Amino acid sequence: MVKDQEFLEKKASYCLGLAKKLGATESSVIVNNSVSETVNFRNKKLDESNRSDDLGISITTYIGKKKSSISSSNLIDDNLNILIEKCVETTKNTPEDEFNSLPDKDLLAKEVKDLNLYDDTHIENDQKIDYLKKLESAASNDKKIVNTESSFTQNKSNFILANSGGFCAGYKTSSFTASSVTVAKDEKSMERDYEYSSKCFLKDLDDAEELGKQAADQTIKKLSPKKIGSEKIAIIFDKRIAKGMLSTFASAISSSAISRGTSFLKDKVNQKIFSDTINVLDKPDILKGLGSRNFDSEGVKTDTLKLVEQGILKHYLIDTYNGKKLNLKSNGRCGGTSNLYFENGNISFKDLLNSKSKSLYITETIGHGSNIVTGDYSVGATGFLVENGEFKYPINEITIAGNFKDMFQNITLANDLEFKYVTNSPTMMIEGMVVAGK
Amino acid sequence: MSNFFEKSDISRSEAENIISDTLQKCDDGELYIENSKSESILLDDNKIKNSSYNSDLGFGFRAISDEVVAYSHSNEISKNSLKQSSENLKSTLKSVKGTYNHEIPKSNKKYYENINPIEQKSLNEKIKILNEVNNYLRSKDDNIKQVTANFLGEQKSVEIIRSGGETLTDVRPLIRFNVSVMLEKNGRKETGVYGVGGRQSYDSYLKDDNWKSVCDEALRIASVNLESKPAPAGEMKVVLGPGWPAILIHEAVGHGLEGDFNRKKTSAFHNLMGQKVASEGVTIVDDGTIDNRRGSLTIDDEGTPTEKTVLIENGILKNFMQDRLNARLMKTKSTGSGRRENYRHIVLPRMRNTMMLSGNQTQDEMIKSVDKGIFAVSFGGGQVDITSGKFVFNCTEAYEIVNGKIGSPIKGATLIGDGPSILKEVSMVGNDMMMDPGIGTCGKAGQGVPVGVAQPSILINKMTVGGTKL
Repeated sequence: MVKDQEFLEKKASYCLGLAKKLGATESSVIVNNSVSETVNFRNKKLDESNRSDDLGISITTYIGKKKSSISSSNLIDDNLNILIEKCVETTKNTPEDEFNSLPDKDLLAKEVKDLNLYDDTHIENDQKIDYLKKLESAASNDKKIVNTESSFTQNKSNFILANSGGFCAGYKTSSFTASSVTVAKDEKSMERDYEYSSKCFLKDLDDAEELGKQAADQTIKKLSPKKIGSEKIAIIFDKRIAKGMLSTFASAISSSAISRGTSFLKDKVNQKIFSDTINVLDKPDILKGLGSRNFDSEGVKTDTLKLVEQGILKHYLIDTYNGKKLNLKSNGRCGGTSNLYFENGNISFKDLLNSKSKSLYITETIGHGSNIVTGDYSVGATGFLVENGEFKYPINEITIAGNFKDMFQNITLANDLEFKYVTNSPTMMIEGMVVAGK
Repeated sequence: MSNFFEKSDISRSEAENIISDTLQKCDDGELYIENSKSESILLDDNKIKNSSYNSDLGFGFRAISDEVVAYSHSNEISKNSLKQSSENLKSTLKSVKGTYNHEIPKSNKKYYENINPIEQKSLNEKIKILNEVNNYLRSKDDNIKQVTANFLGEQKSVEIIRSGGETLTDVRPLIRFNVSVMLEKNGRKETGVYGVGGRQSYDSYLKDDNWKSVCDEALRIASVNLESKPAPAGEMKVVLGPGWPAILIHEAVGHGLEGDFNRKKTSAFHNLMGQKVASEGVTIVDDGTIDNRRGSLTIDDEGTPTEKTVLIENGILKNFMQDRLNARLMKTKSTGSGRRENYRHIVLPRMRNTMMLSGNQTQDEMIKSVDKGIFAVSFGGGQVDITSGKFVFNCTEAYEIVNGKIGSPIKGATLIGDGPSILKEVSMVGNDMMMDPGIGTCGKAGQGVPVGVAQPSILINKMTVGGTKL
């Protein structure tokens, strides 16, 4: 059982009290507990069971404009005493920084809305096993599938965030996640692909058979890939890859990258950085949303932000420290975005595929090829050649490259947005990128 | 011996009884207890941005029956918590009938000192050096717009208690010092990053103003990149410099030679044992026994002493890297490669220091032999798809080669290749093998562990360079 609010609050107030007694002028603390139970299957047999019970506490103490922090998984008072003493001592020896402070009181969340983020249902391991049996049996129907691995995780978490300014709030969240990874083989090649589903509520989870079948179908389609020549070509990003563009965008507009001057989007507020039709939203109050929250990791309330309106950048993602440095107010984005997404475009998935006589449809990228300082992008990729709207054959061992500054201006979005991940995008086409192959 | 049970309501012998009772009909398993202390001190944007300290304590209890692993972890070292974990394990492994394998090799060798690097240098001294780094760099070049420097220090104490009470312990120090520089000139920004580290005290890496050479290297890389042109796109010859570029070896063949992927037959290498997988002259080892290296371990996280494992000898595939579970199922022995990020994670076979050994040729000969290609000196990171064998890595310092001569620097680009065939494309192996500076972290199944790599300069006949210039 995940620890209750009372236990976490008691630990939090103990820490705040002790920090004050030892000389901290301000302090904040986060206490959390997370209990996960996972069952893994491989080739239709039980492979692994894993239960984790994680406690954690992190404390930040301030003495005027000096700041330091500690964290620990050992919540025994004896240990906390030693650590908080160490933290206050380190704070004294850390140089001042004029921008250090707790968040402004008027920005703190006043109420905690019930966003429907906690499902009390407990699924026993035997029920997880039943789900995985169905999943794996559907996944291994085709003889070309030579290995299946699948997993089911239930997670229940609870936390309290408190500070010496009187803020104290937290709530429980849950998630149920099922995944299927399959390997397919033919004479020429061996390929792997996956599918997964993650929801706050157990009853919303995808059907086991559907999930297994999808993973297997996607894997078999990748068999006997070809390598193509190097050329400039329109690239269509599957939704699971397209969302990565948004993640890069989010890091580039984080107030930390902006205040340090290490982003290609510095000084771009109120400028057109995407094509005209593009809108980007960060909406924290979606019921059952995988990224939903009432406040950020400093306790600042989070409202919906229309980050990009008709291609124009409207906001950075601002926390307290970097906000003060940039002379801007925190907009509750310490720790990043919530439910971040591109609004739908005007064109159907089918019409997007049909819009060019020849394009590349990318289903997976590998490598860490996004540079937010320069905007340069270059990654390894796997996908399919599309001709006149039809998938012709699988492709691998190629790279795709460009610069985000140009790529963002050349995005066309389909109208097939769904909220499957924390960050979501419709299927995306970008013109003018370079493929390197043979 | 550490005092993990001192402040808990359970004695060591009570714990041993629970362990033996839980594992009695299992094939293998243990209680793994870990206490780690770590610090991070960060200078950024002219200020000490962060000084933080973490103390992490917990246990992971593992029971294995045939192929099935049951695992349970918790932060509370208490009678209740251990009993609940034991119940969890028993409920997964309902009808076990194995025989516990008590055998575990012993060694007295140690590859690092039992020290706590955090305590060996005061906070004020660390802050002083970071400020000196900032001042030194900013006074060297007017184009410097950002300097980030940080210290990471850790001491991890582990104890492995096996059925019957056999106990193995290790205390592992680890430090890292990193510098990142951003230059801006004529509206263009580029960064350069360099770092050093290993299993010794901070001072072993910082003495005699050695930190200045780390700064100089970061600045040099940033300056080179400021002059870089768009990288070419397509297949061409690639010369790799010595040292850190060996992450090519790590990605291209290292992961594919880990025991679990081969037992499950999901690695592109699973049916290639004893066959030629690389050009003659290519020998690759994975070595956990080099003194004070980032990837070295006295014992692995199952208690097996580490060793130097020959993976590929003169082009022939000789061994996979094994933990106890995969070794037992593949009827071989553990190579001391069983590792986990911490007590929250199960053990997997992992790399330690992966090295391609020296050959006879010189880097000059390689460059001279190339009409059109690139010379890659430093990399960011890499990744591999184990099943298809395709791998990538990102250049952070590279040059074009034109008619046997090194030309202009080129922008960061991803290189992609095919693991099982890339080593057959190695046509020259240099005589200049070098270890990396001690900065690598390898990720697998969500677990990061410190690793090392080494290689001499090599010439690869054909790789795809992911630039933008057609």
